Amino acid sequence: MIQKFLMGNEAIALGAIHAGVNVVAGYPGTPSTEVLETVAKENDGSIYVEWSVNEKAALEVAAGAAYAGARTLVTMKQVGLNVASDPLMSLAYVGVKGGMVILSADDPGPISSQTEQDTRHFAQFAKLPVFDPSSPEEAYEMMIDAFECSEKWGTPVLFRPTTRVCHGCASVPIRETYEKHPIEGFVKDTMRWVIFPRTSFLNHEKIEKRNPQMGEEFSSYRFNTLTRVGDDDCRKGICTSGISYSYACDALECGTSESYKILKIATAHPFPEKLALEFLEGLDEVLCIEELDPVLEKELTYICGKHHLNITIHGKLDGCIQAAGENSVESVKVALKPFLNLEWDEVSYTETPELPVRPPVLCAGCPHRASFYAVKQAMKGQKAVFSGDIGCYTLGNAAPLDMVDTCLCMGADVTMAQGLHRAEPDAVNFSFIGDSTFFASGITGVVNAVYNETDIILIVLDNSTTAMTGHQPHPGTGVRMMEFAKHAGTISKPEDICNRVSIEKILQAIGLTSVETVDPLQLSEAVEAVKRASKLPGVKAIIFKSPCIAVMKQQTRYQITDTCINCKKCIRELGCPAIVLEDGKPTIEKSLCTGCSLCTQVCPCGAIVREEADHE
Amino acid sequence: MNNILLCGVGGQGTVLASKLIAFAAMEKGLQVRTAETIGMAQRGGSVVSHVRIGEEIHSPLLPKGSADVIIAFEPAEAVRCISYLKKGGTVIVNKKAVRPVTASLQGTYLDGEDMLRYLQSQAGHVDVMDGEAICEACGSSKILNIVLLAAAAKSGALGITPEELDSAIDKRISEKFRALNKKAIAMVMNQ
Repeated sequence: MIQKFLMGNEAIALGAIHAGVNVVAGYPGTPSTEVLETVAKENDGSIYVEWSVNEKAALEVAAGAAYAGARTLVTMKQVGLNVASDPLMSLAYVGVKGGMVILSADDPGPISSQTEQDTRHFAQFAKLPVFDPSSPEEAYEMMIDAFECSEKWGTPVLFRPTTRVCHGCASVPIRETYEKHPIEGFVKDTMRWVIFPRTSFLNHEKIEKRNPQMGEEFSSYRFNTLTRVGDDDCRKGICTSGISYSYACDALECGTSESYKILKIATAHPFPEKLALEFLEGLDEVLCIEELDPVLEKELTYICGKHHLNITIHGKLDGCIQAAGENSVESVKVALKPFLNLEWDEVSYTETPELPVRPPVLCAGCPHRASFYAVKQAMKGQKAVFSGDIGCYTLGNAAPLDMVDTCLCMGADVTMAQGLHRAEPDAVNFSFIGDSTFFASGITGVVNAVYNETDIILIVLDNSTTAMTGHQPHPGTGVRMMEFAKHAGTISKPEDICNRVSIEKILQAIGLTSVETVDPLQLSEAVEAVKRASKLPGVKAIIFKSPCIAVMKQQTRYQITDTCINCKKCIRELGCPAIVLEDGKPTIEKSLCTGCSLCTQVCPCGAIVREEADHE
Repeated sequence: MNNILLCGVGGQGTVLASKLIAFAAMEKGLQVRTAETIGMAQRGGSVVSHVRIGEEIHSPLLPKGSADVIIAFEPAEAVRCISYLKKGGTVIVNKKAVRPVTASLQGTYLDGEDMLRYLQSQAGHVDVMDGEAICEACGSSKILNIVLLAAAAKSGALGITPEELDSAIDKRISEKFRALNKKAIAMVMNQ
């Protein structure tokens, strides 16, 4: 073993490599993204790695490979599992030959997600085992265990880290050598690989018999641990899992005179009932400390009922632990205070001055700002609804743009705009979608609009990358993950390595009324294109094409000259973070300006001019 | 145990700074845990990095009231995180306010002076750094994180000496930027 300082996601990736993974597929999503990226980076060339078009595709690619005996890893965030749930539910019945681990990273808070859903529930629903690591060190080891479990029982296995494990870093002991896994090959067997009602009945019976056996085995699993602190006859217990375990350990360092037991659950499903009974023996009260849903709490309540145990189970359901949001050392301390008479010295500070709110915003020079502004200008005075989607461009909702009226889930902008239009036909309905999202789940929605002849204007915000999650390549970029990783992520303007799937050609083939590709940074042309589209019937598309400023080097900078009349139109209309008020006058912040030139096109008196080249 | 909190605005370079601290601590044979803000907040929102150095560390997040030092890239962000500072702890703060778009729209939060005054009234020790002046003297706006790290090392609250920071830069920063970073450290040390 050697020690390496790793982010949780890197540790997970190395765990998969050291478990002999052969095929890795996924779709980017915070907090899961770095797992696949790390496998690609650390790949010696023997592992196949791809960013798939979406999570459903990724899971199916991996399932096919697993049928042939390959060890496979699928990566996504928790809402991605919703997209992949169709193949997941069936695959749970069919099973796999090669080990298959499905990583679905949960996001308590939520910090970067639409929901606070709990993948442990998905495991119960799909009747699959789930591993829940509490630290990067544990995540590394547990990934190796997950592959072993998957192959032993012939079932896909869920792996559920949360944000603080994914994005926490620690010194992790890792193996120096590992064995490659040979792929046996696909063996035809229709009874096994073709799902039919009859086989599903048999498989369902098999799974219901298997899961209690698995739960029994998990009762002695190395990361399900039971610890006693203090006297043998203690009456109180703490049941916890994941990152909350580390918060509990920190909180308990305050010290308590009471004796207690701690049960850490790493496999919430199938639940290790035998170990739980050992924990519950002799207790009067249990506090369950977990994030997202009260999964452990309900399991323990069920076990108490089943075994007629007179024990009070506290947790989220009785308000001892907050129902929503992240736990913290503080919140756990507060919960443990009455439970174990915890005591500590509070550090307090006087009330702070009023703090500026600092919501995330579109970057200075972001081409999406120009696209939103062009549509806003073109639609001035008209009744219009702007449906948005998931990506950086969700930030177009902020003042002063205020151009995102709805946002639901990946791809929903296209189809929701159609529903809005059916309910209110006199409004112009816009749908804003990014390039990666278009490929992930936008295309079917466009077909739906053309087929049903619903008048909408589709705005594709094509910045040639998956920006929000950290610039992953996608089908429109001409780059794949394996080549991208080989070049250490430096091929920002590459010659095409693979086929570029053309958004324009797809839209033309679907048969839209009009498809125009426009540079949004040419403001008047962009406004005219929107006006033209709004006068046509049917489904119209404008592809606003301009690369993300984070992948394109800064070319020039602009500055505001003395001819400025201080009308502040640039600030009021654009909300660019590079334009700030200095002594009451708009000023361009040198270090932020990317030279997009949008403000010069908005300024009514030509006061914003290009700066002479500066050699930094 | 040494607890360090780095805070600032998305894009200012807090993540690299926390990695350098972690590397320097590991070189001394210490255990390290860190936690970063990754995701939407990186687009100009408030970002925080937690760094914990010691023997047996559980949570990657600092408990409130436990930070030996807060390294703040922006005055208001330091104030936002004050509850993490231990009693009598140190604050290293960059002087320049970063005004959010909302403040420019409303004409509020004009400078960081009242934030700095607040910090001085609450913390055990406050070093206000004119990071921009040092950046300008070194000829790069990208080294604010090194300037603040050097100031923290100099204050003694970091648990990492300026020499150890210097050696971490030798090992972790590409040759192209090494001299620039070292120049920044030297300037802070000579102040």
